[in-house]
Amino acid sequence: MVLAGVLLITPGSAGAKEMSPTSPTSPWGPKPTKAFKGDKCVEPVDVMRRDHMNYLLHQRDETVQQGIRGKKYSLRQCIECHAVPDKQAGGERTVEPFCGECHKFAAVTIDCFQCHTNKPEKVKSTEALPSGPLPPGHPTMNKKTSNSTNTGSWKKKTLFAALDPALQQGSTCNVQVR
Amino acid sequence: MSKCAKHCPEIAPNDAQNAIDPGRRRLLAGAGALTTLMLAPGVSLMMSGAVEARPAGVAASAKIRWGILIDVSKCPDGCDLCVTACKDENGWQETGRAETNVQWIRKVTLKDKNTGAIKTLPFMCQHCAEPPCVDVCPTGASFKRADGIVLVDKHTCIGCRYCMMACPYAARSFVHEQVTNQKPHAPRGKGTVESCTMCVHRVDKGQIPACVEACTKAGNRTMIFGDLNDPNSEIAKAAGQHLTTRIRADLGLDPGILYSGL
Ligand code: HEC
Ligand code: HEC
Ligand code: HEC
Repeated sequence: MVLAGVLLITPGSAGAKEMSPTSPTSPWGPKPTKAFKGDKCVEPVDVMRRDHMNYLLHQRDETVQQGIRGKKYSLRQCIECHAVPDKQAGGERTVEPFCGECHKFAAVTIDCFQCHTNKPEKVKSTEALPSGPLPPGHPTMNKKTSNSTNTGSWKKKTLFAALDPALQQGSTCNVQVR
Repeated sequence: MSKCAKHCPEIAPNDAQNAIDPGRRRLLAGAGALTTLMLAPGVSLMMSGAVEARPAGVAASAKIRWGILIDVSKCPDGCDLCVTACKDENGWQETGRAETNVQWIRKVTLKDKNTGAIKTLPFMCQHCAEPPCVDVCPTGASFKRADGIVLVDKHTCIGCRYCMMACPYAARSFVHEQVTNQKPHAPRGKGTVESCTMCVHRVDKGQIPACVEACTKAGNRTMIFGDLNDPNSEIAKAAGQHLTTRIRADLGLDPGILYSGL
């Protein structure tokens, strides 16, 4: 458990980023667009690259079947941060230049956006946004929320996630992507 | 069809198939009155009358049974505010073809052939406690949430449509065509079955379903949403004062949608 905590607090280290195939200096590999909002992902970048599909599918089942909402791997939250102005959509923000970039490279086809819009919420008020903990620094973060995981530094929150078995998606996830 | 109801004094043509035979209706009403919902007096109080938002990370509770009480006598003929609100909220349009029309919510017209009396009422998934759509689903996609809301998990729905055949209320429909411009909170797409979700995404945030909200805001107050298990909720109190009917109560499905004034 302690070890897991240590591993998780280690931020998606700069070294890893330089060597990554998605680094802007790399001549090969997909180049997913930079996030539109926020400066940290819901997990370190290297973890997200590997495991985003498991997080998504696990939380999807929890939300739809048990009604558990407001946890951090919400598809709508991904879209809020990762949707960028998209030429193909007439300059509207979509998530295609982000998700699509890697998936094309890896020949992955996802059907999610046949039902889910790939555009962010047209915000009228903060009320329209999903409730629950948003990653720290999230521009739409609701300051009044009483959820304790919403306050504090990213490190603290990551540690919290590492120590809270309920948030240990890796270990509780029974969804396998192939 | 709802648009038509505004102009047509008689049953709108599209509604003919939805209309409930008045003879049978009387029978149903009678049966309903006998089996009027009985709230166990001993049930302990879990929530106040207000609808509360469930905190983040908490699953829906089996102590709650969400329901809607519809007072038919207060439902104005030709009014389709609830239907319009549902379309806006969940991003669907009518297909224009009766056979494949979307069935999230519709206005049904009842006509007593003997007296000529006409009454309209909103009709949607009845959120049964014993839902036949769940029994027949081969993948488990059709399910009842702990708090009584009957849903389709579109991620596991294979589009076989057994549930549509099993539903005695014809409350489900199939998406035949590609969908674009969905609402962020209401994903829907081709090849899956859908129906009223009792606005589960709103209820989880502590809001009431869009149809009930529209009806209440307009001052009609035909619909009351709330927890049937909570004796102090507005819905349980109202249900305790009037005789309520459950449509096709004879089937023993124990719907969560109650009608009064039928
Ligand atoms: C608070 C905003 C925010 C949210 C919410 C968010 N991300 Fe991120 N994500 C980022 C940032 C910032 C990065 C770092 C790279 C960058 O700047 O683009 C990132 C990186 C990533 C990467 C690695 C990209 C690369 O360059 O290799 C993936 C994959 C990813 N996110 C997927 C997701 C998924 C899936 C979700 C939803 C479960 C999600 N993100 C939610 C902000 C966010
Ligand atoms: C056939 C339609 C359909 C498809 C395809 C689909 N979804 Fe969903 N999804 C839904 C519906 C309906 C909901 C329930 C929305 C609600 O209750 O708020 C939902 C909810 C979710 C949620 C919880 C809400 C949120 O935004 O966090 C996640 C996560 C999710 N889907 C992920 C996915 C992923 C990942 C894919 C692709 C692998 C996918 N879905 C494909 C219809 C679909
Ligand atoms: C850094 C590159 C990258 C980015 C960015 C990325 N993905 Fe992926 N994704 C992958 C790879 C690679 C796979 C295939 C993994 C495998 O099959 O083992 C995958 C698989 C998936 C799967 C499982 C598909 C299946 O049928 O097995 C889902 C769902 C998914 N991604 C959703 C998303 C979403 C949503 C986004 C955008 C918010 C996104 N991904 C962004 C690289 C990425």
